[in-house]
Amino acid sequence: MSSRHLRLAAIGTAAGAFSALFGVGGGTVIVPLLILWLAYEDREATGTSLAAIVVIAALGAGAHALYGNVDPLAGLLIGAPAVGGVLAGTALQQRLPERFVSAAFAVLLVASAAVLMLS
Amino acid sequence: MEAADLIGLLVIGCAAGVVSGLVGVGGGVLFVPGLVLFLEESQVEAEATSLFAVVVVAAVGAYRQGGYGNLRLRDGLLVGVLSPVGVAVGVVVANEVPERALQISFAAVQLFFAYRLARRAMRGRDEAPSEA
Repeated sequence: MSSRHLRLAAIGTAAGAFSALFGVGGGTVIVPLLILWLAYEDREATGTSLAAIVVIAALGAGAHALYGNVDPLAGLLIGAPAVGGVLAGTALQQRLPERFVSAAFAVLLVASAAVLMLS
Repeated sequence: MEAADLIGLLVIGCAAGVVSGLVGVGGGVLFVPGLVLFLEESQVEAEATSLFAVVVVAAVGAYRQGGYGNLRLRDGLLVGVLSPVGVAVGVVVANEVPERALQISFAAVQLFFAYRLARRAMRGRDEAPSEA
């Protein structure tokens, strides 16, 4: 395994650990680490993060489904408009400055840190 | 379900999708409160249902980013596949370390990342621009 693969493995482990500890989605951990640690370009980090999230969320949803906690109809009800939203969001992202994601995440992480400190 | 709840679901679902596409997160941060608020699901049900919706939304988002040339699929799958290891680590840590210490540590890490990303954003491009 190369050091690059080890870093990716560490990012996956960190994403899982933080989501178990704080209930945050993996994306808030994955995107900054891909950019700062693996020198990803901003948009690449978001696309790759989404692929990782598919796997993470599928495992989580599968485990929850065993307990009968998933309401598929409700999921589609809120997920269908979200599919429209994600198509718009990804298209819009291509038209924004390359470093928009870094800037947005800087704000998002400060807000998230504030919520953690005040909770 | 009343019309207002349906409209609420549509709006919050759409907003979650836009955020997901823009910054590469799953959107659960909006799905969960939306499902609790408008469908009166319990917290656990809302989290489970949210994960189900996230699978669909993230898959569409990743596919689109693939089309734009912004997806490293093997890297993403490697990160995803190893996350259960992290979940196990997280459960152990949660039981060994005081919650307040964890919250303060994670907040500090987030502030450090925020600082680095803000500097990166202000520096602008430092590599050859890729005209899309």
